[in-house]
Amino acid sequence: MSVNIRVPGPLRRLTDGSAQVEVDGSTVAEALADLDARYPGFRERLYDDSGNLRQFINIYVNDTDIRFGGGMETPVGERDDISIIPAVAGG
Amino acid sequence: MARQTSRDLLADARRVVPELTPEQARRAPGRVLIDVREQDEWDQGHIPGAMHLSRGYLETRIEDSVPDRSTPLTLYCAGGIRSLLAGRALREMGYEDVVSMSGGFDAWKQAGLEFVVPRALSPDQKIRYSRHLLIPEVGEEGQGKLLDARVLLIGAGGLGCPAALYLAAAGVGTLGLVDFDTVDLSNLQRQVLHTQDRIGMRKTESARIALTALNPDVQVVEHNEVLNSESAPRLFRDYDIVVNGCDNFPTRYLANDVALFERKPLVDGGIFRFEGQVTTILPFASPCYRCRYPAPPPPEEAPSCAEAGVLGVLPGIVGVLQATEVVKLIVGCGEPLAGRLLAIDALDMRFREFRVPRDPACPVCGENPTITEPIDYEGFCAAPHTVSADGGPALAVLG
Repeated sequence: MSVNIRVPGPLRRLTDGSAQVEVDGSTVAEALADLDARYPGFRERLYDDSGNLRQFINIYVNDTDIRFGGGMETPVGERDDISIIPAVAGG
Repeated sequence: MARQTSRDLLADARRVVPELTPEQARRAPGRVLIDVREQDEWDQGHIPGAMHLSRGYLETRIEDSVPDRSTPLTLYCAGGIRSLLAGRALREMGYEDVVSMSGGFDAWKQAGLEFVVPRALSPDQKIRYSRHLLIPEVGEEGQGKLLDARVLLIGAGGLGCPAALYLAAAGVGTLGLVDFDTVDLSNLQRQVLHTQDRIGMRKTESARIALTALNPDVQVVEHNEVLNSESAPRLFRDYDIVVNGCDNFPTRYLANDVALFERKPLVDGGIFRFEGQVTTILPFASPCYRCRYPAPPPPEEAPSCAEAGVLGVLPGIVGVLQATEVVKLIVGCGEPLAGRLLAIDALDMRFREFRVPRDPACPVCGENPTITEPIDYEGFCAAPHTVSADGGPALAVLG
């Protein structure tokens, strides 16, 4: 199943500058794994050494934070957008 | 046409407009109270909750203010005569239930009933803020709240400059600026309060010069110091609302935590290159920064404090959105950006909104908080950090 992933500015160099890319997967975990397979480098930037999502990165499916839903197992489909939203400190 | 004396007119008016004493008027529920006196009389004091429609504009403005002609109306003036005549005019316009308060505002005061004296705007202020006074959601009351408000801005940099500029223009009476930095040539690409000839000057001083030149009503308080666990509670306590325009994670987490401890609304903004984020944190009523991001990156993954770069206009967008939130909070209108994260991407020019719930496990505002006092994240950045809002590190680990 093809899913749209919105890539934040700091990670776009991994996607050759693309702000959104299409990947396959029926859950968030699968979609992010496919993202790393197609554009290597995402895994180490999104997860810590124990394999947990880093605490300063949120993943949203459409407008909902997966931490308050099904987590990494949150199902995703054709019409869903996955957004990677890192903490931004600049001012 | 038959000639009528003023006595005849009044007698006519009394036939269609019943009268209530001030005490009766006070106790009559569900009636809209309208003060029909002139502006200067209203300014010297009026009944709380009354609407002001002076006699001269009554017929032309009543339909906007009270569209439903079955609404029960109580009119008052200074002595009870003008309100009777005004009542007659409204009856002729088809308002079904109009009464006049006998003895008017003078009798109301003599009866010892409550009245308020509104903040009187000077003639200059009435012109300066005229476009606010025309908006029903702001009006004189809202403008008075703005003039009485005290807002603290963390950082007089990329976000703080545009936010402060519009807050000063709006007439926010006291603006506190926390910044320990001096104006640098590289700031001028986006930090719109500072100027070429003020390079080297303290940012708080440069900002004060610009803001008071724009609006002398505004008192600018310079806090030329670092925001840390000692200074933050002391500074926050003196203000109503805090605007976060800092450029580093330690200050961002500190500001969040202290805003919660001191129960101060915090309007948070962050920028990185072409992207910005805005949200409003209402302590213990909406999610806080740690509900979204429980902890800052650990030191070994912390960003260097080298500049990541930022499009110069981006902080303009984000800072002005923050100022908009502040004005709404002060005036008490609209819906704050609480529980919602607004993410802006200037490259594709899209504004996206994400729902953020409160996290019951939040270390500061959750059910069992583990952080109960301000934390200084020492050694967090490789370089010494200030609150100078310098385009800022985002996440080195991401970059």
